[in-house]
Amino acid sequence: MANQFSQRNLLGIKDLTETDIHFVLETAKEFKEVINRPIKKVPSLRDITIANIFFENSTRTRISFELAEKRLSADTINFASSSSSVSKGETLLDTVNNILSMKVDMVVMRHPAPGAPHFLSKRINANIVNAGDGTHEHPTQALLDAYSMQEHIGDLAGKNIAIIGDILHSRVALSNIFLLKKLGANIRVCGPSTLIPRHIQSLGVEVSYNLLETLNWCDVANVLRIQLERQDIKFIPSLREYSLYYGIDKKILDSLNKKIVLMHPGPINRGVELTSDAADSEHSIILQQVENGVAVRMAVLYILASQN
Amino acid sequence: MQEGRYILNHNQINLIINRLCYQIVENYSNLDNLCIIGIQPRGVFFAEKIYQKLASILENDSIKYGKLDITFFRDDFRKGAPLKANSTDINFLIEDKTVLLIDDVLYTGRSIHASIAALQNYGRPKKIDLMVLIDRRFNREFPIKANYIGMIVDALDEAYVKVNWDEVNEDHNVIIYPDKKIKE
Repeated sequence: MANQFSQRNLLGIKDLTETDIHFVLETAKEFKEVINRPIKKVPSLRDITIANIFFENSTRTRISFELAEKRLSADTINFASSSSSVSKGETLLDTVNNILSMKVDMVVMRHPAPGAPHFLSKRINANIVNAGDGTHEHPTQALLDAYSMQEHIGDLAGKNIAIIGDILHSRVALSNIFLLKKLGANIRVCGPSTLIPRHIQSLGVEVSYNLLETLNWCDVANVLRIQLERQDIKFIPSLREYSLYYGIDKKILDSLNKKIVLMHPGPINRGVELTSDAADSEHSIILQQVENGVAVRMAVLYILASQN
Repeated sequence: MQEGRYILNHNQINLIINRLCYQIVENYSNLDNLCIIGIQPRGVFFAEKIYQKLASILENDSIKYGKLDITFFRDDFRKGAPLKANSTDINFLIEDKTVLLIDDVLYTGRSIHASIAALQNYGRPKKIDLMVLIDRRFNREFPIKANYIGMIVDALDEAYVKVNWDEVNEDHNVIIYPDKKIKE
């Protein structure tokens, strides 16, 4: 049965319809079954070449995309800006056009500048998947977060989801908010006031500065990392003070009036936003998120490959 | 709306299911080694009926039964809108087993070709047999032949053979339409 998907690129969750999101999540469910088979590979993308272009450091996302591409039988090429001609002054468009003239069909791109994949999508024909653009969006992370939440608490409509930590610098937070709103969840962001964008309520989310109250309210807590590399001024007095007020440990989790699902997009700063006993507790689904990431990215690539 | 012609009714399909089940019992000496696998989506309705009937004839429901989705193995991927996948549910290995693949209509043979490729992910079967309710023998594009056939239908390529199942339609029956456009 054929299904319609409204986009030919995945630039951000903002552009997706609710039907698109459900289509990705349902397809990911079937890919999760595929990656748990004795032979974890399908031939769907055997004639597709995908360039993974990373202008920013990444471990999890890059490996996850590469694995998803390999499980779909696509040919892949990897590009890291540090070891390329970008350091010699080549522009983004020139770099990508050079790669595309080698007959590449899809581009998975991470870039520190917000809007970089949008800029590219207006100038090249290949399908583009945004693997994170600065502090703007990280759509596949939001999709895999939603998929992981659904696995544990079912339909997200009416559920309470808390996003805790550095909201200001987080592309994961923004994509999560767009996606969870489209699926009808109630969202609350929680963190120090300096790390919460001033007009975030206009996106339809609640704001709280009280961690314990937020944890008691939510069904799922998605905890974010303090992104020191994006902070050119001091937003918090110290990591120690941050962890005292907003760090989650096993004691806090055990004191709640219900069992919540604890998530983190990684990498975790153990001892800052999460202590080890919380990150490795029965509440945590952090490693399942990583597994689901491969299935969700397979679904995204599979769907976009037929959008020509 | 084009007029279709009924070629099999409810009772005739039940008789065919009965006949095919007795053929299975007759032909496979070791039913413990047999796995029945229905091809998603519509072959599963037929496979389910065969499995149920076989279990009642043998008074034993220990035959292995699974569902196989071939979406990710199809060769018409990227010829249109993205194809929606169905679930695969095979919780056993087919290594050294005899697999009876079941589909509702054998037409071009492409689905069966994809199914055989997909099955390799679950082990190396000893043998794969094919059972179909309808065999459109003049429309083959791949050299594939069924071992068990409910009914042979000789139709032009333009024709459309629709199999209805009571799980999703009102009743089970088979209707032939002169033009495929009815599908759209």
